[in-house]
Amino acid sequence: MNADNYETSIKAALYSVAPDLAAEPLDADARYRDQFEFDSMDLLRFILEVHRLTGIDIPESDYRQLETLNSGVAYLRSKGAQPD
Amino acid sequence: MSEFRMPSLGADMDAGTLVEWMKQPGERVQRGDAIAAVETQKGAIEIEVFENGVLEEIRVQVGERVPVGTVLAIIRAEGETPAATSPPPTRAPPQTSAQRPTPTPTSAPTPTPAPRAAAKFTPVALRRARELGLDPGSLAPAADGVIGLREVEAAQAALAGRATQAAGLATQAAAPAAPASPASMTGRGIDLDEMRKAIAAAMARSWREIPHYFVSSTLDLSPMLDWLQKENGQRPMAQRLHYAAPLIRAIALALKATPVLNGHYGEHGFVPAANVHLGIAIAMRGGGLIAPAILDADTLDPDTLMARLNDLVARVRGGRLRSSELSASTATLTNLGEETADAVQPVIYPPQVAIIGCGQVIERAWAQDDALSARRTMIVTVGGDHRVSDGRAAAKFLQRLAESLRHPERL
Repeated sequence: MNADNYETSIKAALYSVAPDLAAEPLDADARYRDQFEFDSMDLLRFILEVHRLTGIDIPESDYRQLETLNSGVAYLRSKGAQPD
Repeated sequence: MSEFRMPSLGADMDAGTLVEWMKQPGERVQRGDAIAAVETQKGAIEIEVFENGVLEEIRVQVGERVPVGTVLAIIRAEGETPAATSPPPTRAPPQTSAQRPTPTPTSAPTPTPAPRAAAKFTPVALRRARELGLDPGSLAPAADGVIGLREVEAAQAALAGRATQAAGLATQAAAPAAPASPASMTGRGIDLDEMRKAIAAAMARSWREIPHYFVSSTLDLSPMLDWLQKENGQRPMAQRLHYAAPLIRAIALALKATPVLNGHYGEHGFVPAANVHLGIAIAMRGGGLIAPAILDADTLDPDTLMARLNDLVARVRGGRLRSSELSASTATLTNLGEETADAVQPVIYPPQVAIIGCGQVIERAWAQDDALSARRTMIVTVGGDHRVSDGRAAAKFLQRLAESLRHPERL
């Protein structure tokens, strides 16, 4: 999967757990918590959806790395490149 | 025959607009089936029937806004014969008995105001605009034709500028949106939206009628969080628990053991509840708050509670809640969550008699057994109703909660 696909997956996961945000512009470097009032339940549901869409396993200690679009893409790229 | 009425979905609701019939006349209905959807100050809610039978007749059509208590439909219980010759007393009889009854509305439908069809809102922006009392029709879209949060905030900033100085049209926001037209400004400045009014009504009533007391303890959450981390490390992602799940479990058990905090206060005083239907306060994006219940929370294990919580949050964000979830709560939990504040003195949601407020989890210096250590702690506050209980009951509740959080593996 390339970076574009990761970005697509992250956005799909975001709008899936927060359908009311559909079509809202996204600041790629701002935390979802700060720009969309995400709470920790929203973040957890979002990360599960990212996992479901990409198949990438994300340990709990890495959840914080998915708090923005850009950091999430970078994280998935590093994980996706590694053989499991 | 029984009358199916517009339910009250809490102390703060007086009317609702019927938006969908999910069952049609002649269809069988079962206790617990959602048969209609109603738009309220809390969004669209599915309302459920409480008996088995057949939907005999629909009395309120889609689009009609009716007060709480209005008969929406007639349900024929199992075994009863259809009432062929008894038309509803206040309505004109149907033209032919074979036809589906189509009563004419006695009042013109008053649908909730929708924005102009041309302007495309993101849902969160529309809610925010209503929260701020902005006229959705007055907002200018961004270059892509969509009105998002940024446009709403810019319009509000422009409006606030106008309110302080007539010439103050200079918007500090860099958004390309035009400032809101003066027509959207009411005489009193910014109006509050329906949900804010509903919250205000319920909380004003609570503060007026309920003699509150507040009792707090700082609880050591480290044992529970350590257990959770270990547990989650062994689980596949989809089965991991949020700390709210064991916390809800522990609170439900402590409430069950403290009956004076769990139930409803009505005309005849306090009626304790047999089970714990725990309302979970969930903040709505764009503003407002809703507290649907996890039914029978005291009987559910943390895994089931996690699934229920997930489902509730999903439906608050993008689906529909059910009437039973909004009217059944016997107590409420408000959990401030991460990166918020240390403690909350929560206000009881009538007719309940207690509310549990949890602050953020934060590391504090903890002295125990003559030693200091850093522990992850939470300040838990019980707001109680002095008509029903005293602070001692709340203190007992907090001790029970602390004790069960010390042994998370038993939860």
